[in-house]
Amino acid sequence: MRRNHTTIGRRLIAAPYLVWAAIFIVVPLFIMLYYALTDDNGVFSLANFATLGRYKNAFLVSILYALISTVITLVIAYPLAYIMTKMPISTQRFLLILVMLPMWTNFLIRTYSWISLLSNTGIINTLLSKIGIGPLKLINRPGTVILGMVYDYMPYMILPIYTVMSKIDRSLTQAAEDLGANRTHVLRKVVFPLSLPGVISGITMVFVPSISTFYISQKLGGNKTMLIGDVIEYLFNLGPDYYHVASVISMILTVMILVCLFVMNRFSGDDEGGAIL
Amino acid sequence: MEKNNLIELKNVTLAFEGETVLDRLNLEIRDKEFITLLGPSGCGKTTTLGIIAGFLEPEEGDVFFDGKRINDVPAYKRQVNTIFQRYALFPHLNVYENIAFGLRIRKLPENEIHEKVTEMLRLVNMTGLEKRKINHLSGGQQQRVAIARALANNPRVLLLDEPLAALDLMLRKDMQNELKKIQKQLGITFIFVTHDQEEALSMSDRVVVMDNGRIQQIGTPKDIYNEPTNAFVADFIGESNILDGCMIQDYEAEFSGKRFACLDSGFAPGQKVDVVVRPEDVDIVPVEQGMLSGIVTSVTFLGVHYEIIVDIGGFKWMIQTTDEHHIDETVGLIIEPDAIHIMHKSEYSGRYGDYSTYSDEIDHLSDVEEDEK
Amino acid sequence: MKTLSRIYLMLVMVFLYAPIAVMIVFSFNSGSSVWVFEGLSFDWYKELVFNSEMLGALEHTLIIAVLSAVISTVIGTAAAVGITALRHKISKSLVMSVCNIPMMNADIVTGVSLMLLFIFFGRLFGLTESLGFFTVLIAHVTFNLPYVILSVLPKLKTTDANLPQAAMDLGCTPTQAFFKVVVPSISSGILTGFIMAFTLSLDDFVISYFTCGHYQTLPIVIYNMTKRTVKPDTYALSTLIFISVFVLMILYNSVQGRSEKKRGESR
Repeated sequence: MRRNHTTIGRRLIAAPYLVWAAIFIVVPLFIMLYYALTDDNGVFSLANFATLGRYKNAFLVSILYALISTVITLVIAYPLAYIMTKMPISTQRFLLILVMLPMWTNFLIRTYSWISLLSNTGIINTLLSKIGIGPLKLINRPGTVILGMVYDYMPYMILPIYTVMSKIDRSLTQAAEDLGANRTHVLRKVVFPLSLPGVISGITMVFVPSISTFYISQKLGGNKTMLIGDVIEYLFNLGPDYYHVASVISMILTVMILVCLFVMNRFSGDDEGGAIL
Repeated sequence: MEKNNLIELKNVTLAFEGETVLDRLNLEIRDKEFITLLGPSGCGKTTTLGIIAGFLEPEEGDVFFDGKRINDVPAYKRQVNTIFQRYALFPHLNVYENIAFGLRIRKLPENEIHEKVTEMLRLVNMTGLEKRKINHLSGGQQQRVAIARALANNPRVLLLDEPLAALDLMLRKDMQNELKKIQKQLGITFIFVTHDQEEALSMSDRVVVMDNGRIQQIGTPKDIYNEPTNAFVADFIGESNILDGCMIQDYEAEFSGKRFACLDSGFAPGQKVDVVVRPEDVDIVPVEQGMLSGIVTSVTFLGVHYEIIVDIGGFKWMIQTTDEHHIDETVGLIIEPDAIHIMHKSEYSGRYGDYSTYSDEIDHLSDVEEDEK
Repeated sequence: MKTLSRIYLMLVMVFLYAPIAVMIVFSFNSGSSVWVFEGLSFDWYKELVFNSEMLGALEHTLIIAVLSAVISTVIGTAAAVGITALRHKISKSLVMSVCNIPMMNADIVTGVSLMLLFIFFGRLFGLTESLGFFTVLIAHVTFNLPYVILSVLPKLKTTDANLPQAAMDLGCTPTQAFFKVVVPSISSGILTGFIMAFTLSLDDFVISYFTCGHYQTLPIVIYNMTKRTVKPDTYALSTLIFISVFVLMILYNSVQGRSEKKRGESR
């Protein structure tokens, strides 16, 4: 009896959270849905969806940029994480700090600094012109937006991969060596498959913010490329009349992200939600 | 004789962070034998195994395999395979693929792999569980997969690092028999690491007792038990009463204030020695017939026998007897010459007192979890 | 192989730190440009003291960070304890899925949906200005909560389920057992959750952007500045923040390293 009593008590203390989550997580999504499905007068309407065609390009470009920057981030981060795990523990800890520090430096400033580096009269071009290579157009190009994404979200890729990799039991790699596997074999047949959960969560942690960013493209892309995030921000700033269309786009973005996460989780096998963080 | 040695360690020395783990270790391992490295945690037994497997490189000294120096040969090129302490089965592969791992690395044709895996599964009684996931297996089953995986590579030497420590008592006994059987059947060398003396004595052809990075004694289980070389071995293997004594002359020793006939010789007259008397070798008799006499201070019933503690002149003896005695009873003891074993004084002399307190042997047994690095 | 990986490591670090180096160097620029270096000076640091807009925003940011971290740590820890007590598998996974939404969803969607909620209710109650201090605080607590819960949950999973029983067996009331036994055994998870919540809140721009109204936090002020031209004073403030975070992390790390070493020696 007593035991039952306490577990009910323990369950009850989750109540404040459940109320909070209901009001501030679930309800807002329904309000967004309400906006998406109504017109200015609050009447049900699918008209908002009709304007979507205008934003097709933004969607496609966003997906493309996010994919490219996620792949580049992965290609850079994976070897780095592997190299880190091979270092002495004290070095690993220091490198970990170095990787995390940029995350705590305001990301607007970090992104803006790239303008200092890349603009036509910026640092890199000044240096280049000194050795006789004329100023190159480095900024306001699609590549610069991708560079910004890769740069800003790199730590989110390195950290989960490193964490999972450093937790691989050393006896497993020893066992593989013991069974005749050389270093490449160990990497391919043991380390890589076991580090997949880290890779998966790294991919989602880079892909989601990349596809929905609205600052990087404005600053480094020179307003030429409108991404979904830019569209949403732009429409919401136009005023309440545009909330309906903006809600539709936000809903679609949400659905796209959920689908991606679902697919990714499938990839990482049947571990219970282990890939989320 | 040289030819018979499959593995030789010569003056192998290794230190971790300034702490010596192996101190000029010399060890010869014969082909096809079952040899056990026995010692408390931190004694260097797992490290020794790591050096043979190739995971660790000695700082000084040489390792020979079949007469060839193999210090620089990486683990994956050695003809030895290991069963790891917690099995180290690959969690992302099923039973079949775990066993096939080494075969696939060697790029054997699929039908050969299948044949070998099937044979191995039969050897360890796991037929039918090929598709199982590793984390859906019991501890005993994981153990069997680990054995099959290591043996699939046809190693000349199998290294076993406390493989039975994680199993419960019943299962452990079964696996002991089975391992012994497999070793006989395959005719390969087994190098077994354990801190469990009973396991070591019952399974091995030879036992290597280690402590502090040094070998204390090498010998058959009988030698180790009956003729321990120093107080450490005597204390670690079985129960012993270890007394300060001195040799009067050949075949006569003095301890507990009395002189006793014994079977040992070759000591200088008057030389200080450690005397070992096993608890089961002491006979209890009425006081007037005893060579020594003392008062019973504790009696414990253990089923097969009683374990009683007798205080003789302040030294608490442990004696195993099938007769019942009572606390505060005065008894006499008889110690036959063949029950007395004389050892040279060593650094361990005096470290193991009498049975007035619990021995620290319980600690040796309980810390499997945090063994050497 | 070793040198190759070292070079690789260096290159990635150069990439990660180039913009930060630019930020630090140009905070000492005597001119007002952030890419033409005219000379060394501390003027921009001195000027910071008089920049009431930025200092005010910094104050707002700290208030929001502290409050939201405290609130989300309390509610989140309680939630984690409650969630572990849930027996029903379906209700557990339902709660966890909802919990994950703010973490998995794009920040912009979280921000926008909360803004819509606030405006909706604001209109319902006839407010002209529905966004401000409370809405930012609520938004920050909302996105902090899953991080707190996910820091505490694993600790709860690894603590012995019999601990509170043992405490009650020794005479504790259930409440005492909770505070004297359960909380200390998950304290490291609670601390991690708190620190995460605090830093996430400090750094958040996107969600604040949609929910803050006129209660501007530092990232919002910085955003507005980057819309015009950035002057080295912004860099100076960021440099100060960067250095204090760096020092804090080094300190935390050395403390942790020492305690780990101690544990190693006592073995």
